[in-house]
Amino acid sequence: MAEFWSGTLWPLIIIVAQILLIVLPLLGAVAYLTFAERKVIGAIQLRKGPNVVGPFGLLQPIADGAKLFLKETIIPTGADRAVFVLAPMLTFILALIGWAVIPFDEGWVLADINVGVLYLLAISGLGVYGIIMAGWASNSRYALLGGLRSAAQMVSYEISMGLIIISVLVTAGTLNLSEIVQAQGEGMWYFIPHFPMFVIFVVSILAETNRAPFDLPEAEAELVSGYNVEYSAMTFALFFLGEYANMILMSAICVVLFLGGWLPPVDIAPFTWVPGIIWFALKICLILFVFLWARATFPRYRYDQLMRLGWKVFLPVSLVWVVATAGVLLAFDALPA
Amino acid sequence: MIHALTFYLFAAIAVLSALMVVTSRNPVHSVLWLILAFFNGAGLFVLMGAEFVAMLVVVVYVGAVAVLFLFVVMMLDINFLSLREGLLRYLPIGAAIAIVLTAEVVALFLDWSIAPDAMTLRAAPTPDIAQVTNTKALGDLIYTHYVFLFQVAGLILFVAMIGAIVLTLRVNPNVRRQTIGAQVSRPKSEILAVEKVRSRGGI
Repeated sequence: MAEFWSGTLWPLIIIVAQILLIVLPLLGAVAYLTFAERKVIGAIQLRKGPNVVGPFGLLQPIADGAKLFLKETIIPTGADRAVFVLAPMLTFILALIGWAVIPFDEGWVLADINVGVLYLLAISGLGVYGIIMAGWASNSRYALLGGLRSAAQMVSYEISMGLIIISVLVTAGTLNLSEIVQAQGEGMWYFIPHFPMFVIFVVSILAETNRAPFDLPEAEAELVSGYNVEYSAMTFALFFLGEYANMILMSAICVVLFLGGWLPPVDIAPFTWVPGIIWFALKICLILFVFLWARATFPRYRYDQLMRLGWKVFLPVSLVWVVATAGVLLAFDALPA
Repeated sequence: MIHALTFYLFAAIAVLSALMVVTSRNPVHSVLWLILAFFNGAGLFVLMGAEFVAMLVVVVYVGAVAVLFLFVVMMLDINFLSLREGLLRYLPIGAAIAIVLTAEVVALFLDWSIAPDAMTLRAAPTPDIAQVTNTKALGDLIYTHYVFLFQVAGLILFVAMIGAIVLTLRVNPNVRRQTIGAQVSRPKSEILAVEKVRSRGGI
């Protein structure tokens, strides 16, 4: 019994505690990301944004959450009930489980697995199912069209994302996310040598998370609201939370791959006093600001232009970059062992 | 104990969802069950210590192949009731295929146990899994020992891809395509005209 306690039960409790320690701040961050989005876009458009509920409108996300929680969940008559309810849950779960391999600081990672990068690729590839299932199960034209568009879009941009990740992996010589960050500490942050790939990656994660200017699945002018048009109350809230949690996750991946994770910008005294997790959060905020900035600045892409950009521009450029990276590293004998 | 429990969990769910793939009434549900089966297959790979293969199963089969399945099946216009009619007629063919596959797997295991020479071929020339990571071992195997076979497989896939494109490509002269280069390279004089409009006059 004692062995069962120390060998099985106690580690289980520790892991559950660690998961809660990641998920609860994440949900807070998601709530205040929606607030930040409305404030930032408000400022860009010379408005005030939410400013009524609480001081500076700070309680607005809580009010929104309470509203969605208290509304009635409506399931359309023609819908496939099981799949209809499963879809938002899947979206939300997938947005959360990606965090298992993200290193927040030196050694601060829930599962330090050797194939962390592949795990993240797999998780982000699954995100499409929530949307496609929601689109199909709603039994509605708009929802189905939104779901189909989104499926094609996410599959297209994943390929260039994968190739970009490969060039980072070739430079770092490992699939472990913590080791990728450490490799950047020894050399330089990868957004310097791989700057074009950094730009393409940021654009690709906009498309992968279905954010403006690539938010075609929910183009409200043509598809009403796209895949989530039939959803209400908590089922809708789960989609919403999932989308924002996914934005933060993708920003975190970008920070780990290109911006040196938890490392301070320069390794000298005043910067090294700040704990790594603060640097990590600051860098995520930087990428997230680009998300919001892009939404307030750019008009939505047309669907064929979106596909052209993914397949005819990003894919060849990132493929050539992989070959070039490997070639340069081989020529200068700089390939990691 | 936990290891065994997780194995039975993954295996049981995999078998059950494979059954549901065949028996469920709605083809979209079948694809969703198939995805669950793939997932549990990946879980079994993780238990065997083949983490790289597990992740590839999820990335390739669940993330790409099954999406295309779902895409096609969702768009089909089918009568769910008429799908059930042929079940008994096709049952013998399905059973025959299943029996042949099972017999082949059994024969393979028998080969290993009765012929010691075959057993030596079975062990792949990789270093001990405790010393190198999955990724390194696989890379070593594919890109050095079996590079020729690997390249041939790649070429076959490449030819298949070109074949699929050639078979489905229809050039329709009536479709007007956007040529971004032509649009961008137009001079200002062609696309922009500044006019002084007289009041009540118009152009």
